[in-house]
Amino acid sequence: MVATEIGLWGVPLAIVGGAIRVSTPFIFVSLGEAITERSGRINLGLEGMLVFGAMTAYAVAVMTASPWPGLLAAAAAGLCFGLFHGWICKFPGVNDIAIGIALMLFGSGLAFFFGKPYIQPSAPDLPAIPFGGWSDIPQVQAALNVNVLFLIGAALAVFLWWAFRNTRVGLILRVVGDSSDAARAMGLNPDTVRLVATGVGGALAGIGGAYLSLYYPGSWTERISSGQGLMAVALVIFARWNPLGCFAAALLFGGAGALGPALQSVGVTQGYYLFYAAPYILTLVIMIATSSPSRSLAGAPGELSITK
Amino acid sequence: MSQTIRNKAVGVETIGMTMRFGAFMALDDVSIKVPAGSFHALLGENGAGKSTLVKCMMGFYHPTSGDILVAGREVDIASPRDASALGLGMVYQHFTLVPSLTGAENLVISREKVPDIIDWRKERAELAAFMQRMPFKLPLDVKVAELAAGEKQKLEIIKQLYLGRSFLVLDEPTSVLTPGEAQEVLGLVRDMTRAGDITVLMISHKFHEVTAFADDITVLRKGKLTGTRKVSDLSQKQMAAMMIGDQPIAALDSRAEPKPDAEIVLKVKSLKAPDRTGLKSIRIEDLGVRSGEIVGIAGISGNGQKEFMEVLAGQRARHGGEVLIKGAPYASTRGEARALNVRLIPEEPLKNACAPKMTVAENIAFRTFDIDGNGKPVSWISAGAIKAFSARLVEQFKVKTASLSSPISSLSGGNVQRAVLARELTGEVDLLIVSNPCFGLDFSAVAEIRARIMRARNTGAAVLLISEDLDELLELSDRIFVMSDGALVYETPVAQAIVQTIGEHMAGHH
Repeated sequence: MVATEIGLWGVPLAIVGGAIRVSTPFIFVSLGEAITERSGRINLGLEGMLVFGAMTAYAVAVMTASPWPGLLAAAAAGLCFGLFHGWICKFPGVNDIAIGIALMLFGSGLAFFFGKPYIQPSAPDLPAIPFGGWSDIPQVQAALNVNVLFLIGAALAVFLWWAFRNTRVGLILRVVGDSSDAARAMGLNPDTVRLVATGVGGALAGIGGAYLSLYYPGSWTERISSGQGLMAVALVIFARWNPLGCFAAALLFGGAGALGPALQSVGVTQGYYLFYAAPYILTLVIMIATSSPSRSLAGAPGELSITK
Repeated sequence: MSQTIRNKAVGVETIGMTMRFGAFMALDDVSIKVPAGSFHALLGENGAGKSTLVKCMMGFYHPTSGDILVAGREVDIASPRDASALGLGMVYQHFTLVPSLTGAENLVISREKVPDIIDWRKERAELAAFMQRMPFKLPLDVKVAELAAGEKQKLEIIKQLYLGRSFLVLDEPTSVLTPGEAQEVLGLVRDMTRAGDITVLMISHKFHEVTAFADDITVLRKGKLTGTRKVSDLSQKQMAAMMIGDQPIAALDSRAEPKPDAEIVLKVKSLKAPDRTGLKSIRIEDLGVRSGEIVGIAGISGNGQKEFMEVLAGQRARHGGEVLIKGAPYASTRGEARALNVRLIPEEPLKNACAPKMTVAENIAFRTFDIDGNGKPVSWISAGAIKAFSARLVEQFKVKTASLSSPISSLSGGNVQRAVLARELTGEVDLLIVSNPCFGLDFSAVAEIRARIMRARNTGAAVLLISEDLDELLELSDRIFVMSDGALVYETPVAQAIVQTIGEHMAGHH
């Protein structure tokens, strides 16, 4: 009855709600990747860290009956993967992209292996804060039921944006990402900085994974990630390595991801599967629109192997 | 950083500095003395040991034996950190500023102690106060990438002063500057030495700068000290003699009389191409090069010369316009280059003119390996013929290589350039396009390469010479164009060329 009251308004509302719900893993993975790429390295393994993080979080949450240890465990697992990537990449002649792909497959495979027993049991969810109490309409209430991780992610984006300019660590990260030579001349060790940056990036990807298994969709399956980890890499480039841009782009991708379910919910029965593909089409369109055959990307960290 | 930054010049001395790399003696018992507040020049050919010496002073290398005295006291410099603690700083030939950071960010982050959270309001106030006392005025709030080369060089020097350095090593500080900028920067640096704020040791190969600004010079040759003299006691000829010793130098052929009505070999009409960033484009409205003349193109690095060269070499697509060679449209294919006798000597020859891992013989035979003596394509390539052909050229152009089958990347820069010259200057040459042919080469190689270019001109080739070295252009060219911001903005016959005017056009002041 209420659904008919708001009618087609349900679509934009579902997109807004979906953007908030679906975007959270994008926010964490892309902020992590922004940190890593700002240090001059690209980590394609984040997809594997996301999936492994999802599995770890779910498993630990089931065992401890609380989502928070799961979240921490996911971050720790991501950190380990990130540090491993950073450590291997310091050796001469090692390609960060190839290692990333290897870790992506390794992380997913390992998660499937360890995750088998956890497909059945159910874990406690991460808490959400209802911001929609002022409204009587259940759709509005549902859309504005915001998970704490989304709020933390938003705060983190603002913090990183500030920290890249106003803290010593932020400046050091940018120096290393832009010119290894300058960094060495300042007595900094680029490998160490990149190791830490990749580790932190991995930890954030793990948190993104925890959100997937502990809140939305909220269960552990082998198909839990539909390439969010990889799309986040595209998203960072689209956002020009700016954390606020990452946040906005994550919302955009999240909104696109919610398009399919939203149309389905208002009764579109034909072709909504095509709209499920919206995030992927958006990735493609963005990559094409922001690339050029004859110039390198403006604003890219100078040491990044893909944009050199 | 609440205390104000004060610089006070210190003197530095090395005693019996010796540096051995395996069996190779890079520095052999070198003692030099740079008194406080002096402007000292360090001269020498490539491989003479200049950089080894300053790297020992800066703590990058640990000398095999020898001592360093700073302000008269013996010190132990184990790392660059120790050197900076003693007030020793170095401005490198290539910029060490971080391009995507602003000037202010670059200065603050290079400091020894940076607070965890940077209070930009306080830092800005302190920087403004510091800049008040500096002779240069610079915008500190724009990204370094957006600064001109001269501004970057000034910022490098300011950075050293900001860090409280009192002894500065400048490694070829003017190689990226216009003559005007070079004069300004060196003049200001000299004023600071006169005021007793800093001591300067400058590595240079430009005699006119040394003569104009330095107090003393020290010359190194093959790792040994040739001598230290007062600049005022020496002529440029004597300096050159100190640098190269008694080895013979190829003399430039006298210039054959140019014929103003000679055939126009290369004609470029309203050529347009995107530049490196893709945001701007280069535009060559009208350029003609006649047979038997050298047309020089001057300009500061990054004003489109490289892109122009790449278009002519076929490495870069053009958006429009025409390149005609002897009236025929030219699209830089191998067939056209062969038919029209077009030869190229690009900059960074190892990267742009060689396959680095292929052998010297193969590289030299790139133009000819697939044709026989009569210019007919062959179906079977003869390794023997390639070897014989290359052996002859290696001999003729004095390429020093361990063997014909060594990879060309194992040769020194000068010998790679000689091998490329051998390939490009053999056979009939109607058009020769050259870009920065002598960059980073030593004295005798430079003289020889210039002599060969002049000889090609005298035998009737049209030569287009793109160079960042104005002295080279003035020595070789018949006419000089200036390229600035992607376009040819000025033309002058070399007889009427005024360095000042050329420099102003290079800087884009017109």
